[in-house]
Amino acid sequence: MPFEALVAGCLAYVALMFGVAFAADRAAARGRVRWLDHPAVYTLSLSVYCSAWTFYGAVGYASRSGLEFATIYLGPTIVFTGAWWGLRRLVRVARMHHVTSIADLISARFGKSNRLAAFVTLIAVIAATPYVALQLQSVSLSFDVFATDSLTDIPMAGGGGTALWVAGGLALFTILFGTRNLAADERHHGVVTAIALEAIVKLMAFLALGVFVVWGLADGPADMLARIAERAGDPGWILKPDRWTALLFVSGAAIVALPRMFQVLVVEAADEDRLSTAGWAFPAYLFAMSLFVLPIAVMGQELLPVDANPDLYVLTLPAQSGQNWLAFLVFLGGFSAATSMVVVCTIALATMISNHWLMPLWLMLRRKPQGDDPEDLRGFVLNARRLAILAVMAVGWLYYQATGGTTALAAMGLVAFTGMAQVLPAMIGGLLWRGANRRGAFGGVGLGFALWLATIFLPSVGIGSPLPVPPGVDPLAFAIFLSLTVNTLAFIGLSIFGMPDPVERLQGLSFVSAVDPVRHSRVARGSDQVEPLLVMARRVWGAEDALRFFQSEAAFQGKSGYLPDLTPRFLTRLERRLAGSIGAATAHAMIDSVAGGSELTVSDLMQVATEAQRAKEETQRLENATTELARTARQLQEANDKLTALSVQKDAFLGQISHELRTPMTSVRAFSEILRTPDLSDADRDRFAKIIYDEAGRLTRLLDDLLDLSVLESGQAQLSITPANLHDLIERALSAASATRPERVFRVEREPLAEYVGIITDADRLLQVLINVITNARKYCDAEPPILSIRVRRTLRGGAQIDIIDNGSGIETARQSLIFEKFARLNDPARAGGAGLGLAICKEIMANLGGEITYLPGQGGAAFRILLPRRPPVPVNAGLRRA
Amino acid sequence: MPDQPLFLERASFRRRRLGDAARVLPVLAACLILVPVWWMPAQVSFAWGAVWLFGTWAVLIAAIWALHRALHRADAATLRARRDIAQDHDHAL
Repeated sequence: MPFEALVAGCLAYVALMFGVAFAADRAAARGRVRWLDHPAVYTLSLSVYCSAWTFYGAVGYASRSGLEFATIYLGPTIVFTGAWWGLRRLVRVARMHHVTSIADLISARFGKSNRLAAFVTLIAVIAATPYVALQLQSVSLSFDVFATDSLTDIPMAGGGGTALWVAGGLALFTILFGTRNLAADERHHGVVTAIALEAIVKLMAFLALGVFVVWGLADGPADMLARIAERAGDPGWILKPDRWTALLFVSGAAIVALPRMFQVLVVEAADEDRLSTAGWAFPAYLFAMSLFVLPIAVMGQELLPVDANPDLYVLTLPAQSGQNWLAFLVFLGGFSAATSMVVVCTIALATMISNHWLMPLWLMLRRKPQGDDPEDLRGFVLNARRLAILAVMAVGWLYYQATGGTTALAAMGLVAFTGMAQVLPAMIGGLLWRGANRRGAFGGVGLGFALWLATIFLPSVGIGSPLPVPPGVDPLAFAIFLSLTVNTLAFIGLSIFGMPDPVERLQGLSFVSAVDPVRHSRVARGSDQVEPLLVMARRVWGAEDALRFFQSEAAFQGKSGYLPDLTPRFLTRLERRLAGSIGAATAHAMIDSVAGGSELTVSDLMQVATEAQRAKEETQRLENATTELARTARQLQEANDKLTALSVQKDAFLGQISHELRTPMTSVRAFSEILRTPDLSDADRDRFAKIIYDEAGRLTRLLDDLLDLSVLESGQAQLSITPANLHDLIERALSAASATRPERVFRVEREPLAEYVGIITDADRLLQVLINVITNARKYCDAEPPILSIRVRRTLRGGAQIDIIDNGSGIETARQSLIFEKFARLNDPARAGGAGLGLAICKEIMANLGGEITYLPGQGGAAFRILLPRRPPVPVNAGLRRA
Repeated sequence: MPDQPLFLERASFRRRRLGDAARVLPVLAACLILVPVWWMPAQVSFAWGAVWLFGTWAVLIAAIWALHRALHRADAATLRARRDIAQDHDHAL
């Protein structure tokens, strides 16, 4: 196959991957997650375990050491036999705490310690870099197979060109689809769907090659077994029991502890039920990937020259036999294996680096934001991740260049496996044993890491000498055994002799018994401290997501609007959700800094622990009833508060309306009285008549407004429904409102492109609302210079959402629920000069149009949101009349 | 009425025994894969070893599949029984 065709095919495949990831992200953004959440997609995404090391290296490994290669796939199979109680538990606890990475899990369990998380991140980065380099090497080697004609003199490190291109493309893909948004749960639908597709490609490629080798080159399974039996004399193939056991153990550990596996297995899992399918389907995938490894290795040794690289048998065998298309398919399979591994590994590492290294560093170094400074943490986190992705990819490429490629792919993979296995004792201990504490975790992981560095990692890059071992014992197995034993003993010993702090004990309880104890906080209850929390959440998630979360929490408590009560449950949930974006330790510190320190004492802890225990024992029904009761109580409380306020307001309304009607009336009477006096000059007569005319006009306007309001309230308003363009309406509203306080020059921030939204509504009525809101902003905005920003978004169901925000001092929390009531004027009436019916009319108009107008708190000024449906609802009485 | 709690007990009993089986399975799997290699490494390193390993592997996959299906059904049955009882209880009240 010509090299150019190969490159073209490869590019087409890459374009397909970009397309799939893009389509999946779009579908997820539109809420169509059902097929994205299918257990099959989840199972296939787990196949990032089979990296290029599996695809090329397994055959090389098998041709060197026989059946030993199977340990790498049997280890995970044994772990998956325990999926029902082991992995499901891990996923449940991790989802409960919104864990973002393995470092985050360890840190959350051991008292939200960021130092521990930073340390685990360090191990992950050191262990994974050679592994990433290995993938780049394998892609570049496979290109070289097609570029050169000879099978034997393939250079180990061909020019770095191919690898550099691949690294660049992968960095682009990862940045595009891995750092698109900072969701509260760290899931990436686009990436997961693309790797699920890649999983199918690599499986199909490998199976096709296997079938070709067994039935095409050999004479079926029986012949194959006979050929394997002929190898009986090979001493390299004899299994070593110690090595066999050690490799089974570390590969079993790798399936949960490798950063990329933790990412797909735990972080990307929607819930633990995925595992009941993946529990058998993933071992089946591994089985299918391993089934033909030995046959390919044996046939490669028989048919290819002695000095051909066994790591490339999968490519050279079909190429040698003239099966160009099969060779191309296998090439794509290997390409898929390498790219999916690199993408997921980079995302996982970038999350860890940004959450545990860059973010804490930045929060420590920056100066505190002044007041309501709209500091954009989201942008910082996303940029930190992009930077981390580039850094990981660059270091991987540099490592590949520096080492010039290694001869055996398998050795590098095992280095990464054994490195991450050092985290396992702390992880399992933390999930099963309440007594495990931070000191133990530090000690165990630290000692294990040091031993791994000295006995496995450094020798693998040619520094230092391997460990002197007793004769007859395998050096790698000995190093694994030594490091993990010392690790576990130190972890247990230091945990026994240490006393954890209260936060850590609470987390220990939560992790070990998989219950959900709430954060205990001394923050005063009430909603006046909620707004700073909303401002903080907005900085992390962006305005839209933060408002949605606060609204749903308020709705759960039975409250309307955007500000929930500051209950322990709410604080716990907010912290967990924030942890899902920026890691447990940082989220904890941020909430403490805003909501006041939560100094947990031992007696608090006891109280929380017994509460949690009791809650666990209570039946579900009782729990539901209690929640329901609390919700009703809150609703009643809110209704009662509102009724009291309304009753006061009604009295005020009557007084107000009499006053409003009486003032013009009095002047009309007085001036008509004067007009009756005979000796009045014409000029005076004109002047008085004009005053009477103006006052009568004011009366009429007031009565019109009242009439309008009552018609709207009774739902009998006549609407003239037409198609309208929001851009034109906003334009008209702005020019109509500019007559109000024309001396103030507003800077108007708009997004003209987003405003071209066509909707079906009563355009005049909507215009009335827009003019009213904008006029209010012009009247009351006290900032210098005044800025008015108008943002239009299309909603999911085809309607529109218009946010009108000024930069003034806004409306204080206590008054926010009253502004839509009649005659509710917040400032002094003289300055405003209206009857106070405007917003009440707006609210009724919006109700008639099937939408709503609400006040948005925490936007740094007065902010109103107008929600419009795509078309107004059909009036109920119209349907009735027809019937 | 007296039948219902009996059913619940039977359903949850079965559910618990299946849970035990799920705990034993990994141990069994580890034994099947480790013991032959420790016992007679020279014999299981070639063709027969391959047949044994891949055979065991296939059986394990089938066992996990059957176990997970049974656990799912048992969970559903327990839940149903508990809900029926709760409803009866409500009616009695």
